[in-house]
Amino acid sequence: MSDFFTDFWSYYIAAIALVGIVWCVWLLFSQRRVAKVADATQDTGHVWDGDLRELNNPLPRWWMWMFLLACIFGLIYLVLYPGLGSYAGVLKFSTQGELAAHRKAAEQVQNEIYAKYMKMDVTQVAADPQAREIGQRLFLNYCAQCHGSDARGSRGFPNLTDNDWLYGGDPATITQTITKGRNGVMPPLGAAIDAKLSGDVAQYVRSLSGLASDPIRASRGESTFKSTCAACHGATGKGNQALGAPNLSDNVWLYGSSEANIVDAIQKGHNNHMPAHEEILTPERIRMLTAYVWGLSNTSGAGTGSGQ
Amino acid sequence: MNAPEPEPLARSRTLPAAQREPASATADAQSSDETLYEVRRKIYPRSVTGAFSRWRVWVVVLTQLFFYGMPWLQWNGRQAMLFDLGARKFYIFGLVLWPQDVIYLAVLLVISALSLFLFTAIAGRLFCGYACPQTVYTEIFMWIERHVEGDRFARIRLDGDPWSARKLRLKATKHSLWILIALWTGFTFVGYFSPIRALGGQVLSLSLGPWQTFWMLFYAFATWGNAGFMREQVCKYMCPYARFQSVMVDRDTYVVTYDVGRGEPRGSRSRKADYKASGLGECVNCSICVQVCPTGIDIRDGLQYDCIGCGACIDACNQVMDKMAYPRGLIRYTSENAMRRALSEAVARKRLVRPRTVVYSVIWLALVGGFMASLAMRTPLKVDIIRDRGALGREVEGRWIENVYRLQLINTTEAPMRVAISADSDELKGLTVEYDHSAGDLDPTSNRLIPVRVRVPIDAAGQGTHKIHVTVTAAGDEAAGARGAEISQSTSFIVPRNL
Repeated sequence: MSDFFTDFWSYYIAAIALVGIVWCVWLLFSQRRVAKVADATQDTGHVWDGDLRELNNPLPRWWMWMFLLACIFGLIYLVLYPGLGSYAGVLKFSTQGELAAHRKAAEQVQNEIYAKYMKMDVTQVAADPQAREIGQRLFLNYCAQCHGSDARGSRGFPNLTDNDWLYGGDPATITQTITKGRNGVMPPLGAAIDAKLSGDVAQYVRSLSGLASDPIRASRGESTFKSTCAACHGATGKGNQALGAPNLSDNVWLYGSSEANIVDAIQKGHNNHMPAHEEILTPERIRMLTAYVWGLSNTSGAGTGSGQ
Repeated sequence: MNAPEPEPLARSRTLPAAQREPASATADAQSSDETLYEVRRKIYPRSVTGAFSRWRVWVVVLTQLFFYGMPWLQWNGRQAMLFDLGARKFYIFGLVLWPQDVIYLAVLLVISALSLFLFTAIAGRLFCGYACPQTVYTEIFMWIERHVEGDRFARIRLDGDPWSARKLRLKATKHSLWILIALWTGFTFVGYFSPIRALGGQVLSLSLGPWQTFWMLFYAFATWGNAGFMREQVCKYMCPYARFQSVMVDRDTYVVTYDVGRGEPRGSRSRKADYKASGLGECVNCSICVQVCPTGIDIRDGLQYDCIGCGACIDACNQVMDKMAYPRGLIRYTSENAMRRALSEAVARKRLVRPRTVVYSVIWLALVGGFMASLAMRTPLKVDIIRDRGALGREVEGRWIENVYRLQLINTTEAPMRVAISADSDELKGLTVEYDHSAGDLDPTSNRLIPVRVRVPIDAAGQGTHKIHVTVTAAGDEAAGARGAEISQSTSFIVPRNL
């Protein structure tokens, strides 16, 4: 028994349970007879508070048998189920075991539904209305906490509906992202690029997306961008999906487009983490989610026009 | 039962020792002890006819017509009354109740409790005597018993006889009929929770689910056991309402009462004898009132907690009084005050209107009125709005701040519904709402989650939390019988710092 150092408490609890039942039965039988009340009104002669008389109103016999039956039930229960200290019971029942059994049964039912979709192409699954409903429910349960109920993300969490992918938007890559997770690292470059220069780089980066920028500062920042940032984000700032380096030229901003936000990113870096779901979700569910997420930005498929 | 001090009307409830069965003959013979547990003395109620018996037959017929018949009625192509626990929807004719409507169940129970208080304050245990399922099924089972085995004395004789082919045949017939009715009752009961027409086929093809099988058999067993064997034991030892109602009775409540002043001293006499000359009261001590009693008590001992107020003894005594050419009503419905203070019938009736019954009635009427009005004006659309908690807010294209909400929409009607979603705020100007408009089409009795995006222009929003109202409007459709509805819920809109 793991909860205690010795088995003593297990025996102690078992003994209390058993002695309790035996004591109840003994009490029932030892007290089943009372002195006969001669009085026709069944008055036992006991009087309290001057006028409260105790009458002999016997319990029905069947009640006694039911009590005994309950005791026998209790003993049988204690043999079959855990209840006597650490004794596990003949049926080896446990709530964890029950949960696992229920879960297995539920998965079996679900997999029957999923079986149809496992045989279909992901693009076809995405077009299936029932599959989209299933996908939405799974998404709301497992993904919406970060990516939002509408999958449009928020600061630091990518929008999944805009066809702008950090790691690629084909079904296989989406599956990989969900299964294994992702670690997006923008290293802090504060040591290499000082705050002033960072501002210039930020101006250049803004100009890549066509946002308002100071051309003089931007041209100052361009050389630093080409020498330092281009290693990951590419010479033209189009990003690199193999590394998960964002495209900086498409006006999609994970951490905001203001100069201050961009400077912050350059100086302090970002560490973005998408957790792996292979331990949490079954392959069937990951497939349903892949189809749902793929469908969000590929609305050309028949029936996927909702944009949800 | 209600008098605090020992009164002639409220005597000990216990049967005189002479009427009690010896618990154990050997035990009584060998010691001055007696067992603490009483062996049930089987009661053989004698059949009775009269006004109260006719009332009971009518109530039994009407309640059972309702109980057995209701599940077979159809409405809108489905069962008219179906409590679908699996789908968590209760269908009652045109009404579909969802778990959110559980308040109606609570109010219904309060109304039922108040009805019980009111009826009990007026005329005692009316519910027990006429409408309680225990009484109703016992009545049905006794009716069968009487027709198979004969009346009281025939049944006593049959039980005393040794086993014979005839006894076996009678008992087998009786139990077959009982079990048949019990099974049908169990089947009907389950039919309220699982469509009864499909259930019939499942029973015939032996393809019932485990829980359906369990409840059908359990309910059948309970019917057979309670109405066939336990009978008055249920009322005496198990039923909380029995004790509960005893508290609701006061001295102006009409209860089944034996007129002690008129009846005592009791004694047998010839029909033509002048009983007054021999010092006797009007009770001829025929004991028929005891023989007809379904709980086996003697009403002449006064009001007892075992009395279920069925009035069988009144019917029986009236018949005897008629035969003796005495006035009826030696046992009758009257109040303790009327009996003790010799109030006239008119005064006793007037006393039925007293603060207690008036207060019960007023509350009862208010609750019933409120219940009906609330049901009639029930909004057919239910809305819950939940703000996405994972994110404060987001910048969209550098022009807007956007918050995301999940709207749970429930169409409680059996017609399709189309809803439009809008938002407004006193604090924020230029709110717009974006959502998938095709998701606004709600199927009949469906439940849907819609993600909704609310946005404001980036320069219109001060940092912090703002109160907004999201309004869901359902267009009414007279042709489809759908009522319109508009529900507005407030929630918060957050403009994060550090955009």
